[in-house]
Amino acid sequence: MHELSIAIRVIELADQHLRAAGGGRVAAVRLRVGRLASAAPAALRSALVLAAQGTAFEAAAVEIAEVPVRIWCPACERERDLPGLVPLACPVCGTRSGDLRAGDELELESLELVTEGEAEA
Amino acid sequence: MTRPRILEVRTKILKANDELARGMRREFERLGLLVVNMVSSPGTGKTAFLKQTLSRLAARGEACAAVVGDLETDNDARRLAESGVPVRQINTHGLCHLEADMVAKHLEGWDLAGLRYLFIENVGNLVCPTSWDLGESVRLALLSVTEGEDKPLKYPGLFNTADVAALTKLDLAQACEFDRDLARANIDAVRPGMRVFETSAKTGAGLDEWLGYLAERRAGITVG
Repeated sequence: MHELSIAIRVIELADQHLRAAGGGRVAAVRLRVGRLASAAPAALRSALVLAAQGTAFEAAAVEIAEVPVRIWCPACERERDLPGLVPLACPVCGTRSGDLRAGDELELESLELVTEGEAEA
Repeated sequence: MTRPRILEVRTKILKANDELARGMRREFERLGLLVVNMVSSPGTGKTAFLKQTLSRLAARGEACAAVVGDLETDNDARRLAESGVPVRQINTHGLCHLEADMVAKHLEGWDLAGLRYLFIENVGNLVCPTSWDLGESVRLALLSVTEGEDKPLKYPGLFNTADVAALTKLDLAQACEFDRDLARANIDAVRPGMRVFETSAKTGAGLDEWLGYLAERRAGITVG
C-alpha cells in the first residue's frame, strides 16, 4: 500500500503549485501513471481521497491516465507501444529491448482550477 | 461567474525523493562508495545473501557496511552484525518500502569516506520499493528458487528497475524442481539483457562472481 505515500506526495506537490499560482478552488487533479510504475490506479484513487482530506483538494475529481509501456525497437528503428507489460519486446518483430521510452512514470500532469473569473471582455 | 483554468504541472510525483537520491548518489560516487539497493519479496534470503557478501568483503579487507529496513524488529541487523561489519537497522513501523530520506537519516554520523561498499537491504516487498530511488548505484533484485520461476512476470515493475538479479537458495533448486532456464527467460522478458547470478548463501556458489561484479562496478564509479 505504498499508494498512500504517493498520494501524500501528490497533495504536497499540488499544494505547492496551487499556492504558486495564487490559490483557487481545485476541480480536478490529473495524474499520469505508467503501467510499469507498480502503482495501482484504483488504490491510488482511494489513497488520494484520504490524503486530500482537509486540504484544498478534498472536493477535487481525480483523473488518472494510464500510460502504456513503450520501448525503442532497435530492429524497426522506432518506438513501439506494448499491448501489455511483458515481454519487453517489439510487438511487430519480436526483438527484445530494455530501452524503455514510457510506462514507468508517476507524474502530476495538471490541476484544473475554478477561479472567480473576471468579467468577459 | 466562474471558469475553469488548467494549471500545467508536469512534474514527477516523487521529485523530492528523486532529487535527494540524486544528491546522495553523487556524494557516494565522489567518495568511491558503491551503494547497492537490495529488493525482493520477504523470505528470498536477502539477509543470508548479504551476510555472506559482507563476510567475504571483510575477509578481503574491503570496508563495507549495511543498513537494513524492516517494518519491525532488529533481527536482521543482529544477524548481519555477526559478519563483523557496521550495520544499522531502519524500522519503518509499517511502511512497506524505504525512502531516500530514511536512508540519509540513518547514515548520519557514519564515516562514509572510509567505506567502499554500502548495502541497503530494502523492506521485503516486490511492489512498493519500485519507485523510490535510494541513491544507489546498483539495484539488485533477488529471486529464490522456492518462490517459483514466474515471479518476474508477476511483478514486472520492480524487476524492470533492477540493474542486476540474483537467484538465491540454489542449493534447494532440485528439491523445488526449479527450472533455472525458465527463471532466466522470465527475468529477460522483463529486463532484457540483465545479468543474473546463480547463488547459494549456504554453499557459497556464485558469490565470487557477484563480488567480482561489485568490484567492477565500484571501479566504474571511482575516478583516477
